[in-house]
Amino acid sequence: MSKEKIKINQEFYDIMPLEYRELVEEGTYGKENRGWKDVGESKELIEEHSLCAGCPESIAFRYVLACLPAPEDTIMVGSTGCTSLVFPHVAVHNIHSLFGNQNAVASGLKRALSFRFPDKIKDVVVLAGDGATVDIGLDMTLQSWFRQEKFTTICFDNELYANTGGQSSGLMQKGFVAKMAPAGKKFDKVPLPEIAKSSGCHYVVKMTVSKPNRVEKAIREAILVAREIGPTYIQLYTPCILEIGKQMMEGLQEMRDSEGPNKRFEFEEYVSDEARAYLDTVNPKKKKRKKAIVTK
Amino acid sequence: MSKYSVLKGPEAFLPPAAACEGVVLPDPGQGLIQGDIVQETLAMEEAARKFLSAKNPTLFPGPLVLWNWNETAARKAAAIKRLYDVLKSHNSNALHIPMPDYRPKYPKIDPAIEINPNHPNLTIWYNKIDVCMFVGVHCHMANLSLKIIRGGTDCYTIAMCAQAGHEDAMITFRDATPEKIDILTNTVERLKASGDY
Ligand SMILES: Cc1ncc(C[n+]2csc(CCOP(=O)(O)OP(=O)(O)O)c2C)c(N)n1
Ligand code: SF4
Repeated sequence: MSKEKIKINQEFYDIMPLEYRELVEEGTYGKENRGWKDVGESKELIEEHSLCAGCPESIAFRYVLACLPAPEDTIMVGSTGCTSLVFPHVAVHNIHSLFGNQNAVASGLKRALSFRFPDKIKDVVVLAGDGATVDIGLDMTLQSWFRQEKFTTICFDNELYANTGGQSSGLMQKGFVAKMAPAGKKFDKVPLPEIAKSSGCHYVVKMTVSKPNRVEKAIREAILVAREIGPTYIQLYTPCILEIGKQMMEGLQEMRDSEGPNKRFEFEEYVSDEARAYLDTVNPKKKKRKKAIVTK
Repeated sequence: MSKYSVLKGPEAFLPPAAACEGVVLPDPGQGLIQGDIVQETLAMEEAARKFLSAKNPTLFPGPLVLWNWNETAARKAAAIKRLYDVLKSHNSNALHIPMPDYRPKYPKIDPAIEINPNHPNLTIWYNKIDVCMFVGVHCHMANLSLKIIRGGTDCYTIAMCAQAGHEDAMITFRDATPEKIDILTNTVERLKASGDY
């Protein structure tokens, strides 16, 4: 997409609400090495997002948006849930899909874009909650992986259906009691990263969003691998502070408490051989540096 | 069935789509006044009169003219600004309020500075707008919004449509170009000078 198309006509510049002017002036479109460090200085989201104050999904959203390698050529596909309340405020093309259908919509979209723009890179990124990804949309999620559709799936795992008041989801921990799951979750947390791996994903990461540099690396690499090799999957713990009874300043600590050794969000990464070989070509400097460290 | 006229509201909580009531779109060179097909020049004069006699005449430029996505959009923006300047010189209450986004925004929009097609009535009520014109708004959003305005407010609506027109507005033009917007501006100036409005 031409960057000219995201300019405001000068006659209307002064009447455009400030946020839109800032999205144009302070967005990081086209900037090399954009990343999480731009958060705070640049603008990816219109202010007053509609999530609960302190919801970790909002910072996760900012990191994801700030780390997209080519936001002007990216289309995000969302689904119903708390995440869908943020998409109206996002300065990246996005499509809202019927709850659970996101990976089916993204499959068609990616294919249509490849057909329409054969010489251009167009990234498709799904971003949905765990209910949409793992329960109601599991069929669509898995089928897209089996078919080796070339896009990234990001799941904001808050371990329940937050937007509808706290029902249990497949990614909820066994035994967890929520407002609308009073008897406690009956079965183990679905091991979706494992399933992703065996279903054909070439790059799989499970983590919290407590460390933005790690989120940046995962998002960037997942999107690059999806462009060239095949499906990729990222599962981010974005605790629903409202439903687990935390205060608005406690989201970060909740994530830190859940990512230690043997905790359910301990960092896990899987990279297929093909994806590793490809990433080595796009990260040659890093590879050399790592080798140097190893051989020391 | 008695003939349906597209009149200013408030009409009903859910006003019908004018198309369902038998209102058909004009052909090139024509426009609609309250659902009746007329010559475009007549529609121009009527729109100019409405603007000149309004308390708070307002232009609502939409995304197709707010953003510089092609040369015509830039020329249209300049033409709309000329129309706005003429309205403002006649009536200092004249406004131009953008419709930058179609997506429903939560918690809510600021009605002093923008209009959203999903609840346009907020902006109309807040600014006490009695005559407005949509320009550069995609047709499906314009029709949705025009119907809501007719349903819940007493604002007189005009649509400067780049396609086939909006039967849900009280006056509609079709095939909008920068030149056509300039003709409307000239008509406003002419009637203003003649004092006949
Ligand atoms: C087809 C369909 N089924 C059910 C719903 C109701 N619904 C809306 S949001 C939601 C839960 C979303 O949960 P999740 O995907 O985990 O996202 P979260 O709100 O937790 O971020 C449900 C079941 C719906 N909107 N559409
Ligand atoms: S309900 Fe939970 S996930 Fe949804 S916005 Fe509030 S804290 Fe965030």
